[in-house]
Amino acid sequence: MKIYLPLDSVAVALGADDIAAAITAHASKTGAQIELIRNGSRGMVWLEPLVEVETPAGRMGFGPFTPADIPALFGDLAQHPKALGLVEALPWMAGQTRLTFARCGVIDPLNFNDFNANGGFAGLTRALDMASADIVAEVTASGLRGRGGAGFPTGIKWKTVADAKAAQKYIVCNADEGDSATFADRMLMEGDPLTLIEGMVIAGLATGATKGFVYIRSEYPIAIEVMERAVLLARANGVLGASVMGRGPAFDMEIRVGAGAYVCGEETSLLNSLEGKRGVVRAKPPLPALQGFMGQPTVVNNVISLASIPVIMAKGAAHYAAIGLGRSRGTIPLQIAGNVKYGGLFEVGFGLTLGQIVDDIAGGTATGRPVKAVQVGGPLGAYFPRALFDTPFGYEEFAGKEGLIGHAGLTVFDDSADMLAQARFAMEFCAIESCGKCTPCRIGAVRGVETVDRIAKGDAAAIPLLTDLCATMKSGSLCALGGFTPYPVLSALNHFPADFARSKEAAE
Amino acid sequence: MLDTATLATRTDEILAAHLAREGALLPILHDIQAEFGYIPQECLPQIARALNISRAEVHGVVSFYHDFREVPAGRHVVKLCRAEACQAMGADELSAHARAKLGVDWHETTPNGAVTLEPVFCLGLCACGPAAIVDGKLIARLDTAKLDAILGDLA
Repeated sequence: MKIYLPLDSVAVALGADDIAAAITAHASKTGAQIELIRNGSRGMVWLEPLVEVETPAGRMGFGPFTPADIPALFGDLAQHPKALGLVEALPWMAGQTRLTFARCGVIDPLNFNDFNANGGFAGLTRALDMASADIVAEVTASGLRGRGGAGFPTGIKWKTVADAKAAQKYIVCNADEGDSATFADRMLMEGDPLTLIEGMVIAGLATGATKGFVYIRSEYPIAIEVMERAVLLARANGVLGASVMGRGPAFDMEIRVGAGAYVCGEETSLLNSLEGKRGVVRAKPPLPALQGFMGQPTVVNNVISLASIPVIMAKGAAHYAAIGLGRSRGTIPLQIAGNVKYGGLFEVGFGLTLGQIVDDIAGGTATGRPVKAVQVGGPLGAYFPRALFDTPFGYEEFAGKEGLIGHAGLTVFDDSADMLAQARFAMEFCAIESCGKCTPCRIGAVRGVETVDRIAKGDAAAIPLLTDLCATMKSGSLCALGGFTPYPVLSALNHFPADFARSKEAAE
Repeated sequence: MLDTATLATRTDEILAAHLAREGALLPILHDIQAEFGYIPQECLPQIARALNISRAEVHGVVSFYHDFREVPAGRHVVKLCRAEACQAMGADELSAHARAKLGVDWHETTPNGAVTLEPVFCLGLCACGPAAIVDGKLIARLDTAKLDAILGDLA
């Protein structure tokens, strides 16, 4: 019997390792023949740990699984108390357009043959037969934009690096996924690491880079371990090394680990960190595409951008570009988090409204109370009230509502949330994580906390001061940390003014 | 206390393992911390010499990153997520409870040296919060009862 149980951080944090040990112990006690595969997560967090059993009809799911549910796995599966039916047929799975995450949760992430047999390396194989300029053109035609949050067209970035003349160029994968509510990078690295490696190799072919780095945050121990093992696997199988797949140019890569600095998710700060320096932001220009790692031309792309390249190359740019809304082409892995009934990762074409995502897909709050606000795009994203739930999910559409989609994480809050406290936290977080290089961020965030505290004490005169401070931070900061912290602060203030109208008496 | 000779020998071995890498300082510091539990001051001149940078630059890097410790932690390290998705599930109340129970604030260690309490900003467990990482082990859907049981085992 083939049993799947995720090695994904979510499953492990909910007891998957203990369940795995118990399944193995049970099998050896009863003499049952089993093959236990530690797969990635399907992204249905409320069902984790999700055990799957291969049957002639397809893979049957059981979850959320506990050790007590093990004996019944060896009886009539349809009668199992945690039986969910066929996993692929569950509404959450059936409603998605899984391109980047097609293999995540399906295959054994560290089985090279499994990856190959499920469409792996189809994109790289095609790219190896193409001229570099044609690969870049294909990526540009797909309409893929930076999934890390900035939304810069990936093909244009690649062209800049491809056109630059240098003896050494680099591909740097930004896996410093520090935004709260985002876990797509982690899930992909844990569940289908070879896809990221494939995307980075293609980026190397397209730009003439021969060396890659994946900079993973230290808060992701499992992703680090899986990626390190996947690099060894790719090297042993000739995908990485002196000649890509035995017929391409050289490309090799290293996994690097961050050290707990949120600001290192900013690309120039990440490059400094990779060089062994303080993670201080660099002024642009020069662009990293021209003077990046060690001063050489460097592609810095997010995990999801790079991991979407193989499917674009395999299915063609037109297939990818046909999905989406407006200038937001392709699919986006929505990460639905916080106080939600059904949380997890849902990959779908751009264009669902915020209301469809929160009410229909996520099913409202876990606490059953009304949704008060949804923070979209991590700690630097705006808080959206229900009045803006008709906003379609797209880069321009969210920018038009004074927000951003960022890395597509959504944090849902119920009506017990205090939006003044959330605004204060945004400033506090910025103060803790500021790299200290520019004054609006370094000093502004500290003053921001103090100003919100004045408002909390009933000093309404501090409100215009906060607005003014946010304007300074927005236009005067070097990077998105200081520059975007005003989004959560001002959206909280503008959409939830009642939470800022504290009377002096109540405060005292 | 570590004896100076062992410290210097181990530091040399770690340096030798990484010196050929581009931008070797972070991997070196991670290994030093994994070896000694913190970054001993005595290592700094040795690292600086090997990388041909100033001791001030090494200190600057050590002090910039939240992960690197300049003093040893307690026997156990409990990191509670303070980020928004966990806040939406009651992380603020949970961390207030932890601080009261342990009698320490963030970044402090209990007087008996058993537990160091630290904040962490996101473990990527955002749809099953509140989350924590205890001695490197990820834990999700924490509540006060679950946390009390964990802290009880550590104390």
